[in-house]
Amino acid sequence: MSQYLKRRFLDQIAVMFGREAKKPSAISEPAQKIHFYKRGNRDLIAEKLHARAHAVHSNKWRNRRWTVLLVVNLFFTLSFWLDIQILEGALTASRFIGFHLIDLNSALQVMLAHKHIIVNLVIGTGTVLVLWILLGGRTFCSWVCPYHLLAEWAEKIHLWLVKKKLVTDQAIDRRLRTLSWIVFAVLALATGYTVFEAISPTGIVSRALIYGPGLALLWVLALLVFEVFFSRRAWCRYACPIGLTYGVVGILSPLRIKYTLDSCFHEGDCRKVCLVPHVLDTVIKGRAVDTEVPIGPDCTRCGLCVDTCPTGSLKFDVKGFSKLL
Amino acid sequence: MGSRLPPAPTFQTATASAGHHAGRTAKAPPSRERVQQARRRVLRTILLTGGVMGAALSGYLPLVYAQKKRLRPPGALDEKDFLSSCIKCGQCVQVCPVQAIKLADLVDGFGVGTPYIDAREQACDFSCDAVQCILACPTGSLVYKKPAFLGVRKGAKLAAAPILKAKEKDAEPTLNLGERIGVARLTRPEACLAIQGKGFKGQVRGAAFKGRLRYMDVDRWKPIKVAEHPYDIAECDLCVRECPVKGAISIETVFAPDGSKRKSPVVHEPCVGCGVCEMICPVEPACIVVEAREVWNT
Repeated sequence: MSQYLKRRFLDQIAVMFGREAKKPSAISEPAQKIHFYKRGNRDLIAEKLHARAHAVHSNKWRNRRWTVLLVVNLFFTLSFWLDIQILEGALTASRFIGFHLIDLNSALQVMLAHKHIIVNLVIGTGTVLVLWILLGGRTFCSWVCPYHLLAEWAEKIHLWLVKKKLVTDQAIDRRLRTLSWIVFAVLALATGYTVFEAISPTGIVSRALIYGPGLALLWVLALLVFEVFFSRRAWCRYACPIGLTYGVVGILSPLRIKYTLDSCFHEGDCRKVCLVPHVLDTVIKGRAVDTEVPIGPDCTRCGLCVDTCPTGSLKFDVKGFSKLL
Repeated sequence: MGSRLPPAPTFQTATASAGHHAGRTAKAPPSRERVQQARRRVLRTILLTGGVMGAALSGYLPLVYAQKKRLRPPGALDEKDFLSSCIKCGQCVQVCPVQAIKLADLVDGFGVGTPYIDAREQACDFSCDAVQCILACPTGSLVYKKPAFLGVRKGAKLAAAPILKAKEKDAEPTLNLGERIGVARLTRPEACLAIQGKGFKGQVRGAAFKGRLRYMDVDRWKPIKVAEHPYDIAECDLCVRECPVKGAISIETVFAPDGSKRKSPVVHEPCVGCGVCEMICPVEPACIVVEAREVWNT
């Protein structure tokens, strides 16, 4: 990793905890060259218009992701309904053909509240930790969390209302998520109750899918209403501590989205579809610190930007693997 | 695209160039609109924080006014520890052969998603033979044996491992259970059929009742609906005959206040609080109920 990327890597960790994305303090020479030639380059503008005219919008990654999300969640449900005992439990904790899998944030809440850790809890948590380090951390959010899918649909309604000028997206301070993570951790430790688990829409929706709906879904509905009429994707963006927990796991992950400066037209379509646009600050004209920049740990690897990018400047990438290919 | 670039000019060092970049965009103090926008954002942040925290802490309310105690699955830790350790995954629900375990809803506050047993609807009849729910629990909320640092309430500990009537002829007839989850109590003796010397004929809870029970004379491994197993008994002893635990309850001769002799069900120390007696009691409402988390008082 070059010194520029190293600095951005650390920067992105701070951004994940809520700092605003800033202009880079230093840019590598090859990247500077590209930035320089992009300024007012008529050929580039012509090419941009041409590409625009021929752009075919793809939903490849979104469809794959929705399929995975639905299959995983329905697998839980079917396993119970058909009593095939392959994937038992819910998203908070489960057993896959006998192997314990325990959600990291739920495990953390239980450990802090109960202050006693049994072997199965360690095994399950460790397995899930390794799994999500390999798969990208917040990949959990966009590829598994059932609330994410509901929120995505609510977001479509929100964006339609915005287009009709009926509502406006009210931005909220992103540091709130870090605060909520700390507050819920302290609450678990101090009260001895897993307070966050009582309101976690991930747990509530997951249990509703498996064991049948309950009144707790009203809270999920309230969140969705808030997101539709008031603030776009508010829960996932500004409040959910699960996202931060998996974001931290994502720091270590080799699976990420990689940005290629050379082919980018800096039109910002990717930032418009992104759940966490602060990780895509690098696509803003003049901001990329290197010719190829991996997107930060807060990225959910949902692939919407990959689908949207008309030039293929954003791609899924496994660190160290692309060289082998 | 790179190949079509004109020859590159020489560049200054990276940091110097970036410094130039930053200088170009140095801004005047923020406009009034900007300040207002920032203020609104702070207010919205406080609003969302308040909403989320309010919802989270409202979980306390049901605990404060909770009158009805939930009967937890066998092996459950004491309530406070149970709520702190349960990860709300429902694996205990999934392994129960009679589906006695249900998950609590929003009205249980912090208890949302935690397992409980509604004994009148479906009691735990131990037809799994091995307390599978304890085996399934990934966090130690349900345990065969409590860790040393957790105390045992007086009277909660069973004097001996309970003997399952169904397993009596097996090499290992006991159930791996150290503590009771409640104690059965005859709460309405005046309505009890045994005390009145009455018998019972027919389906104990009506044809529509969905509760299931393991009947050894039918199938040891497949619990059937209570409704599919009608009775015809001269003197009601249903709570005793269907109790899965040996020696937990019996019909005894007792003396009424007026000195007359009567038969009455009497609960004994081996009672684990499974609730089968409550489920099988043919009187509405049941004469005998399990008092959740109750201990044995001698």
